[in-house]
Amino acid sequence: MRVLDGGLVTTVQDTGRHGHYHIGMPPSGAMDQFAHRVANWLVGNDETDATLEMTYMGADIEFQADAVFAVTGADMQPALEDEPVPTWTAVRAEAGDTLSFEFATEGARTYLAVGGGIDIEPVMGSRSTYTLIGIGGHEGRSLEAGDELPIGEPSTHAEAMVGATIEEADRPDYARAEIDVVMGLCDYRLTDDGRERFLDADWKVSDEADRVGYRFEGPDITDMFEAREQPFGAGSDVTNVVDLGYPVGSIQMAGQPIVLMRDAVTGGGYTTVGTVVSPDRGALSQCRTHSTVTFNAVPVEDALDSRHERDATLERIRDALAERHA
Amino acid sequence: MTDGTIARQELPDPRYEYGGDDWVFVELAEAMSFDANFKAQAITQQIRRTDLEGLVEVAPSNASYLIQFDPGVLHPDELIEELRSLEDEIDVSEYQWEARVFDIPVLYDDPWTRETLMEFRERHQDPESTDLEYSARINGFDSVEAFIDHHAGAPHLVTMIGFVPGLPFCFQMVPREEQIEVPKYEQPRTATPSRAIGFGGAFTAIYPVPGAGGYQLYGRTPVEVLDVDQELSAFEESMVLPNPGDILNFRRIDREEYDAIREEVEAGTYQYTLERVDFEPQQFFEDPRGYNERLMEVLY
Repeated sequence: MRVLDGGLVTTVQDTGRHGHYHIGMPPSGAMDQFAHRVANWLVGNDETDATLEMTYMGADIEFQADAVFAVTGADMQPALEDEPVPTWTAVRAEAGDTLSFEFATEGARTYLAVGGGIDIEPVMGSRSTYTLIGIGGHEGRSLEAGDELPIGEPSTHAEAMVGATIEEADRPDYARAEIDVVMGLCDYRLTDDGRERFLDADWKVSDEADRVGYRFEGPDITDMFEAREQPFGAGSDVTNVVDLGYPVGSIQMAGQPIVLMRDAVTGGGYTTVGTVVSPDRGALSQCRTHSTVTFNAVPVEDALDSRHERDATLERIRDALAERHA
Repeated sequence: MTDGTIARQELPDPRYEYGGDDWVFVELAEAMSFDANFKAQAITQQIRRTDLEGLVEVAPSNASYLIQFDPGVLHPDELIEELRSLEDEIDVSEYQWEARVFDIPVLYDDPWTRETLMEFRERHQDPESTDLEYSARINGFDSVEAFIDHHAGAPHLVTMIGFVPGLPFCFQMVPREEQIEVPKYEQPRTATPSRAIGFGGAFTAIYPVPGAGGYQLYGRTPVEVLDVDQELSAFEESMVLPNPGDILNFRRIDREEYDAIREEVEAGTYQYTLERVDFEPQQFFEDPRGYNERLMEVLY
């Protein structure tokens, strides 16, 4: 597969690089795991195979061999040889065909899976690109015109997948504006009134919203904090704590709220006040710059329920697709 | 004031917190202390040794720790129960580990971090001073020289690796009343040179790669703490140099030595000065000065 135009930011991603948090290594991996996994299953891959993640403006790709591919996630109006192709559907391409994308009309990230997966040597167990230190994916960076990506051997049933599609009802709604959060971590630093104002506010996704973190604009946060004599080692600002680990999905209060995403820093000295529940991290990654979200506090049992529901949906989709080649 | 020992800290009951549906964060204390850190190290090592299914990430931090798990396999409350019972078993003074002691040469007040910090004066508490001048003054030192002598005068324990891969947070191995404390920048910088030595709260950090940062800047080391391609021999096992529990000794060097070491590092031939020791907290608590001296004798 050859890259004719890298688009805005296109990287190789998979389910992530886990188990290295203690050396400061974030998991990386596809921001919208739902779309990534479904794209893989549509072309007969395992969910752990690598896909391309495209942000806002997709890439132009030339297939150098016959292939089965699927496009999921945000709608970037894919076209094969200038003919529109359906999204969330397995499609056949022939050697020499060009697949192109436009600006996303809804959502922010689009996934392209190819039968056989993008076959790059894994680094520490993952093909995910982590650009900060330049590891994984294609040379540890976003794709550029001229890059060539090797494709693995497609599974025997990739061909049988052509035409497989995901029902409208099972495709995520990328226009949602409410993000579920389990409050906690260090939210004892907020006053009761501060916590309420945090949850009541409309938060606008700022220009600084990427794989590292989503920064929000809204009301002043410093007066949401309880005054205190700072504990030894924390530093003097009211939002400072003794440097600690940040969960992926946690909301750090650094001047403004920042939700930490899959390439985030793994720790630091800002107060974290809650964590976006795992299924909603993908939803948040599809929120566009200048859109508005609210944070909805849920108990941990509700967070577990929504994760199990999401997992059950994924399982049902996977099994239904597998029936095609059973 | 000081009787030359390190006062043991009584830790509060840990706070167990849910990080969404798939993380548990445990705060052992709000304030930094050796007791809190040793406990974080001991528990995270213990939990790794259990056969508890569903653990994804186990990461100790300064006075807390963080665990990611698969809630399809392990309920967070079940994990918290396990952590509580592990915690009851742990006695920090009996806990020992093999540590590596590293020589970390530092060019204090180097031209690169100086240029960076001058660029970001408007984000600083005291735009009229350098970070070294400001830190020396608020910690009651007469001069920058005396402040540097203090920072390089006793080794530092690596209490956490994080922020970015390979960045060590280091806590100086001296009694509380001798420890330096400084605020972070009022607004984080958007740039920091790689290998910069920074200080924030009570921690020294070494920035492995260029990027944002909020710590006060004191100098730059010619040696790497992250080697992605694992070309230097000290990185044979891992792309990251220090581990939590290791000991770093910041040794003041001049520009000539900096350039000479840098040349060797870039050629891939640099050999780190390091030794392995069995670190014994109880002995360290009783006589930190004597213990540190013995560590330095092993190293040099």
